[in-house]
Amino acid sequence: MLKALVIDAGKCTGCKQCEMACSLENEGEFNVAKSRIRVFDFHTEARFVPYTCTQCAEAWCQQACPVNAITTDSMGVKVVHENLCVGCKVCTIACPFGTVNYNASTGKVIKCDLCGGKPACADACPTGAITFQDAEQGGFDKMKIWAAQSGNAATHEGPNTPKASQAAGTGH
Amino acid sequence: MGWTGKILRVNLTNGTVQSEPLNMDWAQQYLGQRGLATKYLAEEIDAKCDPLGPDNKIIFATGPLTGTCASTGGRYSVITKGPLTNAIACSNSGGYFGAELKFAGWDMIIVEGKSPKPVYLSVADDNVELLDAAEIWGTSVWHTDEWIKAKHQDPMLHVATIGVAGENGVLYSAIVNDLHRAAGRSGVGAVMGSKNLKAVAVRGTKGVKVRDGKAFMKATNDGKKVLAENAVTGSGLPMYGTQVLMNAINEAGAMPTRNSREVQFEGAHDISAEAMATPRKSDGEKNLQTNQACFACTIACGRISKIDEKHFTVVNKPQYWHSSGGLEYEAAWALGSNTGINDLEALTYVNFICNEQGLDPISFGATVSAAMELFELGLITTAETGGIDLKFGSAEALVKCVELTGKAEGFGKELGMGSARLCAKYGRPDLSMTVKGQEFPAYDARGIQGMGLTYATSNRGACHLRSYTVSSEMLGIPEKTDPLVTEGKAALVKAFQDATAAVDSSGLCVFTTFAWTLNDIAPQVDAAVSGDWSPEKMLEVGERIWNMERMFNHRAGFTARDDQLPPRLMKEAAKTGPAAGLVSGVDKMLPEYYQLRGWTADGVPTNETLSRLAV
Repeated sequence: MLKALVIDAGKCTGCKQCEMACSLENEGEFNVAKSRIRVFDFHTEARFVPYTCTQCAEAWCQQACPVNAITTDSMGVKVVHENLCVGCKVCTIACPFGTVNYNASTGKVIKCDLCGGKPACADACPTGAITFQDAEQGGFDKMKIWAAQSGNAATHEGPNTPKASQAAGTGH
Repeated sequence: MGWTGKILRVNLTNGTVQSEPLNMDWAQQYLGQRGLATKYLAEEIDAKCDPLGPDNKIIFATGPLTGTCASTGGRYSVITKGPLTNAIACSNSGGYFGAELKFAGWDMIIVEGKSPKPVYLSVADDNVELLDAAEIWGTSVWHTDEWIKAKHQDPMLHVATIGVAGENGVLYSAIVNDLHRAAGRSGVGAVMGSKNLKAVAVRGTKGVKVRDGKAFMKATNDGKKVLAENAVTGSGLPMYGTQVLMNAINEAGAMPTRNSREVQFEGAHDISAEAMATPRKSDGEKNLQTNQACFACTIACGRISKIDEKHFTVVNKPQYWHSSGGLEYEAAWALGSNTGINDLEALTYVNFICNEQGLDPISFGATVSAAMELFELGLITTAETGGIDLKFGSAEALVKCVELTGKAEGFGKELGMGSARLCAKYGRPDLSMTVKGQEFPAYDARGIQGMGLTYATSNRGACHLRSYTVSSEMLGIPEKTDPLVTEGKAALVKAFQDATAAVDSSGLCVFTTFAWTLNDIAPQVDAAVSGDWSPEKMLEVGERIWNMERMFNHRAGFTARDDQLPPRLMKEAAKTGPAAGLVSGVDKMLPEYYQLRGWTADGVPTNETLSRLAV
C-alpha cells in the first residue's frame, strides 16, 4: 500500500513539534530552519497550516535535475541523493510548491523523504493534524464527515424529508 | 548542550556588541532564564539604581529547554529592575521568539546603557547589529513587527518589541513578541523605551543539541503523555484556555470585583470561556476562532479571537476586523469583572489595543478600576478625565482610557502611572489594590487565602505566577487544601514559590505544572544538560533563586513593611459567596512564612540561610 502524509490544517495549533521532529530526524538536532515541513501562521485568519512535499507522481524537481540526483523509491518517494546533488537549485525553481529547499550549510538541497516510511512529523504531531495514511484513501475522513451530514439530512433533518414537510405544514 | 554557552552583550551607549562565554558555574547553581539572568543582573547592577536610567540593564534570557521538543520548551524571560515596583522584575513570555533566540546561538542577551537615538537590535545567528529605528519609533507593536520583517525581507524572523506605551514610559508597559505574546508585567517595556531600544529581531539557523538524545526523547515523550491525559492540560486549557476559570473562580467567591469591593461579579458568565465559544446574537459568529500553541507546546491554551465588525469599538476600523490574540482569564478579569464591564466584544477590543500598544492588561484594568472608584467618590471628576464619564460598568469609558493610555495623552497620562501612584496622588493610597506597587491579578485573597500570602511575598510585586496555590486550594493539585483557611498555607506558598522558580528557569511554561511535578520535569532537564538534575536539586535551585531575588529587593530598600496587603482585604470582609464574612489572614501567615524561609522576623534572610543556599 502506498502511503502519504495527510494534513488536516483545522487541527493544527502551530506548535511546530513536526518541525522539530523533522530536523532531529534529518539533522540530528532541533533546528526548525532546517525542517522539511513548515507550519505557516495565517495569524489574521486564525489558521495554521503545515506544508511539505506531496511526492508528486511525475515530480517536476526530479525532471528538472540535470544530474539525476533525485530518484523515486519503491514507495513513490522522491529522494535526493546527496552524493550526486551539485547544489544547482534548479529543482527548487522547478517545484511549484516550494517544498524543495537549499541548505547553505551543506551546499545540497533538502526535501521530505517520508523518513524512509515512518515520518517523524506525523509521529510527533500532538493533535492528529498530520497523519500517514493510505495514499488512495487520503480523503476518507473528509468523505465520512460529509457522508454523515448528507445521510443525516436524508433521514432526519433535510428540507425535503417527510418530518420537515410536516413541520412546515405541507406534509400529508 | 541545552545551553549554547554564549551570551550576547549589547552596550547601547557605545553601540557595541560582543559575545562572551556563559558562566557555567552559575548555570549549575541557577539553571537558566529567570534564575541565571537574575544572578547576572544582581551581580552587575546597583539594586538602588533608577530603573529607567542608563545604569539599569535588561536581559532577554532562555532556559536550557528553550528550543527543544520538550512540551512548552519555547519560553524566555525578561529580567530587569522594574519601574512599576522598583523591585526585581522578571516577565515570562511564550510565542516563538525565545526558541528563535536559542536557534541563533544565544542563551541570553544582556543590554546595557542607553542609546543616543532610537535603535533596534537585529540578531541573525552571529550577525548582530544595532540599526536605526527612527522609522518605527512612535509606531505600534503590530506595525513594528511588519516593518522589520519587510525591511529584512525575512518573514521567518521573530520580533520582541515595545509599542508606544513603552516609549512613553507607561509604568506597566509590556514587551510583546509574535504580535500577541508578552513579557507583560512590572513595566519591562518602559525599561526598553528608556534605553531607546525599540525592538529585538532574531533569526536563528543553528541547532539545539541535548546531552543524551535517547533519554531526552523518552523523558519528553513521557511528559507529553502526562499532559495529554490530564483533564486540565489535556482538555480544559486547549478547549477553553485559562478562561476556563472565570465561572469557577466567581462561584468560589474569589473574583475581585469593582476594585475588590466585592468578590463575585454578576456579569462573569457574559465574559467567560463559554461565552467566547457561543455564537453571538449580533452576527451569529463566535468570538473565539481557534486555539493556538506557543513554540513546542502540546497544551495550546492560547485564544485567537475576532471582534464583531458591527460592535461600537470597531465600527469603521477595519484594521481590527481580523483575528488576533483573544482574552485570557487575567485580561478578561482585569478589564471586565474588576471594572464591572460585561461586554465581551469591548474587552476583546481593549485586549487587542493592549497588545498593539504594549500594555499589561492586568495593571491597566486594575488601574482603571481604582480610578473608577476615585471617580465614584468624587476625588476624580470629568475635569481630570477630560470628559470621560468614568463609571464602573462603562465599556465606553474603558475604551477611551485604553486609547489614551498607550499614547500618554490626557487622562491616559495619569492612568499610565499605575494604581499605587494614582491613588496616592488623589489622597486615597488605601484604594490601590497593589503590593510593592504592582496590581493584583484575578484571585481575591479573602476567598483563596493562600493567594494573599502569595501576593504579599512575591518578589516582583503582586503576582499569581510566583506561587499559584489556586492549583491546590481550588483544583486539588497536587493535593486539595481548603481555600478559606490560613493553616498550612505558609508551607504551601513556600513550596510553590521554590518549585515555580525552578520551572521558570528551565525554558518550560508554568502551566505544565497543572499536570507535571518536578519529578516529570527534572528528567527532561537532566537529559538536556550536564549536572545530575534531580527533583531535589531543582527545588534547591528554586529556593536559591527565591532568596537571591529577596536579597536584591532588600538591597533596593524593601522591608517587611512592603509585604503587606491593602487595608481593604484586611478589614472589609467578603460580602457574598463561600468566603462571606472573611478577611485575608495574611498577618497570621507571614511570621510562619518568614520562619520557614529561614528569615528574621523582619523578613531578611539570615546569614545561615544564605550560606546554606550559597547565595
